[in-house]
Parts: sequence; C-alpha cells; structure tokens
Amino acid sequence: MSPSAIIFYIISAFILGTGILAVTTRKIFRASIWLLFSLIGIAALYFWMQLEFLAAVQIIVYVGGIVVLIIFSIFLTIKSGEEMPKPILTRSIFAALAVLFGTGFVVRIISLYAFKPISTTTFNLSVNQIGTQMLDTKNYGYLLPFELISILLLAAMIGCIVIAIKSNEKDATTFQNSIQ
Amino acid sequence: MSEIPLTHILFLSTVLFFIGIYGLFTRRNMITMLMSIELMLNSVNINFVAFNKYLYPEKIDGIFFSIFVITIAAAEAAVAIAIIINLYRSHHSIDVEDATEMKY
Repeated sequence: MSPSAIIFYIISAFILGTGILAVTTRKIFRASIWLLFSLIGIAALYFWMQLEFLAAVQIIVYVGGIVVLIIFSIFLTIKSGEEMPKPILTRSIFAALAVLFGTGFVVRIISLYAFKPISTTTFNLSVNQIGTQMLDTKNYGYLLPFELISILLLAAMIGCIVIAIKSNEKDATTFQNSIQ
Repeated sequence: MSEIPLTHILFLSTVLFFIGIYGLFTRRNMITMLMSIELMLNSVNINFVAFNKYLYPEKIDGIFFSIFVITIAAAEAAVAIAIIINLYRSHHSIDVEDATEMKY
C-alpha cells in the first residue's frame, strides 16, 4: 500500500470516527466540537484530492462560519455543560437497524456497479478556470445560478432578521397565554 | 491517488450520510438535528467532487455543485438558527417534542 492510500484511509477513519462521536455524544458542546473535527477531516480529503480551492472554501464557510454559528446558538439557548437525556432505547435500536440496512444496501449496489471513466485526461483544476466558468454566460457558464444564489443569500439574511427580531412584550405574553 | 478506486470514496460518503441519518432519527434537540443535516450535506459534496474527478476529469461542473451546496447550507443554517432562537424565546426549550401545538 502506497503512502497516498494510507493517508486516504487515515482521513476516512478520522472523518467517520468524529462523525459518529458527533451524533452519539450526550454533551451538546462536545458534539459541536466533534462536528468541527469531522468537517476539518472533509477539508483534508479535498486537499488529498488536490482541490485546494474547495478545501479552502470548506474551511472558511463550514469551520469558520457554520460551526461558530452553531456554538453561538448553543450558548444562547441551553446550558452547555449538562447532558442531554438518553434517546429512547427502542428508537435508537430501530434507527441503528435502519441505518445498517441502508448502508449495506447502498454499499452492495455501489460495489456491483463498475464505474468506467469516459476519458483518460488527468484532472487539474485552477482557480482561474473556476472563475471564468462561474461568470460565463455561454459555454455552460454558471452566471444565472450565481446570481440566484446571491439573491437567496440576501433573502436568507433578511428572513433571519425578521424571524429572530424581538417582538414587543405584549405580543409575547399573549402568545404565551394562548399556548398554555 | 490513482490506486484508490472510486468505490472506496463512495463507501466513505455512504457511511457518513447514514451517520447523519442516525443522528437525525435519534436526536430530539434541534441544534443536534441541524448538525446531522450538515453531515449529510457534506457527504453529498464528497460524492459530487469524487464523481467529477474520477469520471469526468475534463469538466468542473461537480466543483460548482459543491460550491453551491456549501452556500445554500450556510443560508439554511442561518435561517434554522434564527428559528431555533425564536422557538427558545416562546417555549424555553429547543426539544422538538416540546413544540406540539400544531401536532394533529
């Protein structure tokens, strides 16, 4: 086994181990830190595939943005030190069974299918190429999705402000009374 | 690089996706459910990139799909956290079992 293959298996084990810990640990702050390590492992996998730009995007957006946002919301909503209640036993057993069955099913389908590459050219990606095709209006450029995404981000930002804005006290108390 | 077949990367993303499914099934806290969804989105990104690199090396469309998925995941996480904070204000809990007014 070559060093490259060994590095791939180490990265895979790291991603899966930290992912399992992120969904099974009962302290929510630790779960978010394990998620952080899992996302860093995925960025390492992109580095291993020689996609430096995508790895940088992954680290900036996920590790620097989303996980920090999740940690902020943990501190705003619950006491991070205390343990979450155990999941109901029957529910976790049936979830594990469903997951094992689904994994086996998909792994079998993948292993039976022979993936044949169409062409034999080597893959090399430059940021220049990404930028050119991203803002191209012809030759399968991605200008329209790019603009749609920018509108979506603006809408999401305004929506977040509208949802999370503090309403005045009277409305809040009437809502409290109505749900009790 | 070349001695790792494509199927091994697909196995990795499959297992990661089902880890996310397991978290979504067992957790009842909204923030941890959001974390599981992030894991699932990441496994899909690995698939896009691997298929692009191994099967269509002369194109870069898979990279674009990954970038768009990452962007939409960021927007989705922001909206979800706004909803979670609003739910905490009205119910003083972010457990999905406690928000039952619209059930049935």
